[in-house]
Amino acid sequence: MFYLGLILRNALRHKLRSLLTLLGLVVAILAFGLISTVVGAWYANSEAASNARLVTRNAISLAFSMPISYKQKIRAVEGVKDVSYANWFGGVYKDPKNFFPQFAIDPESYLRIYRDYLLPEDDLRNFIRDRKGCIVGRRLAQAYGFKVGDTLLLKGGIFPGDWEFVIRGIYDGRESKTDTSQMFFHWDLLNETMKKVSPRRANYVGVYVVEIGNPEDAAPVSEAIDKLFKNSSWETLTETEQAFQLGFVSMIEAIVAAIRLMSYVVIVIILAVMANTMAMTARERLSEYATLKALGFGPRYVAALIFGESLTLAAIGAVIGIALTFPAARGFSALTGTLFPTMQVADATVWRQVASAAIVGVLAAALPAWRAARVKIVDGLRSIG
Amino acid sequence: MNVPYLYSYRNLWARKLTTLLTAGGMALVVFVFSAVLMLDAGLQKTLVDTGSWDNAVVTRRGAESEVQSIVDRPQASTIESQPEVALGPGGVAMLSKESVVLISLNKRGTGQPANVIIRGTGPTGLALRPQLHIVQGRMFRPGSNEIITGRSVAERFAGAGLGESLRFGGREWVVVGVFDAGKSGFDSEVWGDVEQLMQTFRRSVFSSVIFKLKDSNGFDAFAERIRSDPRLTVEAKRETRYYADQSEKLSAFISYLGLVLSAIFSIGAMIGAMITMYAAVANRTAEIGALRALGFQRSAILLTFLAESLLLSLVGGLVGLVLASFMQFFSISTINMQSFAELAFGFTLNPGIVVRSLLFALFMGLVGGFLPALRAAGMNIVDSLRAA
Amino acid sequence: MPGDVPAGDMHAPLISIRRVVKNYIRGGQTVEVLTGISLDIARGEFVALMGPSGSGKSTLLNLIAGIDKPTSGELLIDGEDITRLAESDLARWRAAKVGFIFQFYNLMPVLSALENVELPLLLTNLSRRDRRERAALALEMVGLADRMDHTPNELSGGQQQRVAIARAVVSDPQILVADEPTGDLDRTSASEVLGMLQTLNRELGATIVMVTHDARAASAAQVIMHLEKGVLESREETVQIKH
Repeated sequence: MFYLGLILRNALRHKLRSLLTLLGLVVAILAFGLISTVVGAWYANSEAASNARLVTRNAISLAFSMPISYKQKIRAVEGVKDVSYANWFGGVYKDPKNFFPQFAIDPESYLRIYRDYLLPEDDLRNFIRDRKGCIVGRRLAQAYGFKVGDTLLLKGGIFPGDWEFVIRGIYDGRESKTDTSQMFFHWDLLNETMKKVSPRRANYVGVYVVEIGNPEDAAPVSEAIDKLFKNSSWETLTETEQAFQLGFVSMIEAIVAAIRLMSYVVIVIILAVMANTMAMTARERLSEYATLKALGFGPRYVAALIFGESLTLAAIGAVIGIALTFPAARGFSALTGTLFPTMQVADATVWRQVASAAIVGVLAAALPAWRAARVKIVDGLRSIG
Repeated sequence: MNVPYLYSYRNLWARKLTTLLTAGGMALVVFVFSAVLMLDAGLQKTLVDTGSWDNAVVTRRGAESEVQSIVDRPQASTIESQPEVALGPGGVAMLSKESVVLISLNKRGTGQPANVIIRGTGPTGLALRPQLHIVQGRMFRPGSNEIITGRSVAERFAGAGLGESLRFGGREWVVVGVFDAGKSGFDSEVWGDVEQLMQTFRRSVFSSVIFKLKDSNGFDAFAERIRSDPRLTVEAKRETRYYADQSEKLSAFISYLGLVLSAIFSIGAMIGAMITMYAAVANRTAEIGALRALGFQRSAILLTFLAESLLLSLVGGLVGLVLASFMQFFSISTINMQSFAELAFGFTLNPGIVVRSLLFALFMGLVGGFLPALRAAGMNIVDSLRAA
Repeated sequence: MPGDVPAGDMHAPLISIRRVVKNYIRGGQTVEVLTGISLDIARGEFVALMGPSGSGKSTLLNLIAGIDKPTSGELLIDGEDITRLAESDLARWRAAKVGFIFQFYNLMPVLSALENVELPLLLTNLSRRDRRERAALALEMVGLADRMDHTPNELSGGQQQRVAIARAVVSDPQILVADEPTGDLDRTSASEVLGMLQTLNRELGATIVMVTHDARAASAAQVIMHLEKGVLESREETVQIKH
């Protein structure tokens, strides 16, 4: 107890210095947690993706589509429970900066397969009934202030023209991980417009979403679907939804990896700051440590004093930093709108924050403790300040 | 103002460990800061080098990239007949009607799929891009299933090297050549015969028309005529402008992200500098008193300590820049947000980045050192002399 | 070498202190350190200020040196009332007129002996070469020509104090103030330092004000002033033995 008191009193001797060190620690632990959370958000989609769903796309690339006639053929493959389809719309809402995903879907089958999108029954009925209707996710609605009954205007990119929709419902996610930043509308509307404007592009589907009865059948079912269309004009590539989503993430992997690396850089920066604090503190107290040794305390005791002070600071910094991570993640999520579908501070992130703080606390004290433990009593007593 | 700068410098040197740790923290921040600027500069350079000032690119109005653009055959012919199009040897128009689509290829090693641009072109396509040279093998023969690949595609994608073959669109394509496009965006592309590719992808329209201007100054007149022609749904850009636009989103993303991170990290480094400088002031209270007694003004003391902090940050800045300059040996490949295709580019260091990084470092030194220097300058002479 | 052309009358006292009061506030209470002291110090005089601790001798020295300001009273130095100077003018005045010698030398540990001596010359308009030359000359005068590039912690206490003396005289001040200059020194070094002060006083005509509690040190001065509870109690001339 006496020991702990001494450590605490030592830590409070240079109040300003301890406070600044603590502040630096808090910023670093917070930044580390926030970066990890953002990186996690990138992968969240693929984690939430199901293994019981397959995605079938044109083998050339996602930019190519497949005939609508494939639906019946896929439905007939053994092991397939349900099939729906969607087209990436890629329209612009007011300004190209306002990015959010828009899909033309077959409402009934799509929402049957994606049970995580929760919609009040009346709204669902209204949406299905209104061919010009659309639904938006809760996050999206919050970001742009959409309300049921509003008109939503999009400027087509892949499908040229001005498109007008009426918001018929706002869906919530079943889980916190569910992406509620998307907008869905009727594939039929898209298709009929295309029939009029450019008939060659009508009756095509971007991706088929295939629900299978048993997730273990994913490989054979995928193979069976692709075999069906082999050597046709539209060869397909079928993979689990998870693999499909990871494909997206892998395309920006270099940047994600760089950001992840950054989160470790901030820890090294604060390690340098903390190590400096401990080194200065220990140097100033060299004569005190020598006095303690002269009184008969062993080198371990002296080293433990320095480690104790460093770890105490690290622990306080970690607690505050971690506590701030949660509101900061929420604030960041609100700030970036629909850019990141979900923003959850994972348990693993918190543990990594704890671990980094502990490592910083130990490493920062290592050199000064070693020096103080080795200081010769006569030398230490002579050095002042 | 008479300021003992030598004293500032000597003090930094006297406490090496502290100087090293404090400057080290700043060096890491400057490293992040300059690496981001270098990456952005690399991206700009890659895409700007891709274009030529004397070439014009014609795409559908409003299309963000060639991938999303369509130009039908009648429109392409109209463009071809314009007087601004340069004529090459034998009176052939220096113009290429091209088809640009994304295909998904698997990377070597990991087998991860990524989008790559495949460009259908003709013999003039090569003539229009003088920076592009075939370094292995030869050009594809028109009307065949031969393709040539950019150096960075050949290295990174399975089946894209010389003598290998790729399968897409239900056909087998043989790689007969590898080209080097001087680190421009073309290095991340695959080229083949335009008619063969359009047949394979069941396309009846081109994506874009690229031509060399007879007279570089004729561009504005051409662009204006194209825009006002009611038969045409296309727009023209100089090739340099077109590729600069291509870098816009990714560039904004990289710099925004990088600057936010640098700003947050710099708080840590500034706190580090502040701790160091406060300790320096505390340890040298008696020295400050003596300097004041000798007749040095408060402002001289302020500048002495600020100079120390600035020098400290300058060391950090220089170390950070040296570290960052090694990044020039690396290149990074990521998706271009405009075309959704993979794009490989490197880190480029230029004088502007050096200046900005050093200014950033000095800014950290200034902020970190200001309050401690103020404390030093505010000390009472008699009291501080008593601290001896 | 007494300073530039003096402003005041050559026969008037160099330092003239009139009814000086100095109060400190310590722990919320006002402590009277100097209670209306008046004294004169003539040009070229070597004065030792003595007295028990708390008598105000160091405070008086600080006032004469212009690093502290009195609560009331006049401090005429060479005809100029320095209590009326603004802080930055006072700093300029110190740089030009006062040389300091401290008990703990107060040298900059990171600078060499030569650079320490050069320090006050940074406040003059001398060129870098002239500064170096004059600093070297001053070090030669205190017998440390062979120690110019040593840092203070490579020198003994006596040597450090000699560097400090060189630093004090290098800018040709009118007044040398010394606060317990021998307080941290052994006997031999102490008498060396005192001898040096005497030489400066005798041969260069420097006016020296020295605070000490050591009677042996005080006997090096021509005049010993005793302070008691903030006032001048006695003034005695010492008998100077010619060496």
